[in-house]
Amino acid sequence: MDVRFINPFIKSIRNVYQTMMRTDIVFGKPQVKTDGCKNPDVSAVIGYSGDASGAVVIAYQRQAAITTASKFASMELDVSHPDFADALGEIANMIAGGAKAEFEGLDVDPSLPSVIVGDNHEVSNSKVNPSLTIPCDCSFGAFNVHVTMKLEKQAAVGAAS
Amino acid sequence: MKILLVDDSRTIRNIQKNILAKLGHTEIDEAPDGVEGVAKVREFSPDLILLDWNMPNMDGLTFLKTIRADGVTTPVIMCTTEAEKSRVITAIQAGANNYVVKPFSTETMADKIEQTMRKLTAPAP
Ligand SMILES: [Mg+2]
Repeated sequence: MDVRFINPFIKSIRNVYQTMMRTDIVFGKPQVKTDGCKNPDVSAVIGYSGDASGAVVIAYQRQAAITTASKFASMELDVSHPDFADALGEIANMIAGGAKAEFEGLDVDPSLPSVIVGDNHEVSNSKVNPSLTIPCDCSFGAFNVHVTMKLEKQAAVGAAS
Repeated sequence: MKILLVDDSRTIRNIQKNILAKLGHTEIDEAPDGVEGVAKVREFSPDLILLDWNMPNMDGLTFLKTIRADGVTTPVIMCTTEAEKSRVITAIQAGANNYVVKPFSTETMADKIEQTMRKLTAPAP
């Protein structure tokens, strides 16, 4: 896992939350993880393929997921609402797309989002290990962003600032 | 003015509808992918199209090339997470009239819509 992939994600997470939800993110220190993402209730996943491959997983506890989805959509979205997963998937889409734009010199395609809803589930990385976890906190609650990226082509990553 | 929203996220279409309502536009139709979008262009005859890029079934770029090949000249604003310059150029070459990068603020979206429509209603030189 190349740590230079982390700054594009931090920049993108901050931008998405400020622009769409007008809230600031407080970032914790990124941590290396070897055992996937433990115990979230809701996860939004985007895969990457191309010059770099991997995934970004945005993992929430139930209440933070409900608050975040509702703020994003400007309407109450409970877990059972048909737009709940759609809203969290689109947030993931924006985070993944914004980060990708900063991968200098790499042509990378993000997948369509998948959202997993289920108390205390686990998302494991089948191909790329370890992952880096970016702890995030904001007025809607804490969440974790797990990034696993592997360069398929040598290039300068994150050179843009 | 009739506006067609083509985006696979219903949440995004709702956010766009709220912005358009504030600008006084309520004649709106929507499609969740390019395939339904092409059909809606034919039956709804929109005056403006807001178009996502990454969608299942048919993506926004293919949708754009398809309607332009059909001779449809309706202005299209791409509204997408694809932010790299090379992607913007690709979209413009395929016939996009304007470009909004997601995430977008209400103000940015409103400005781009007004800018696009102003250009179109300006008298020819
Ligand atoms: Mg989309």
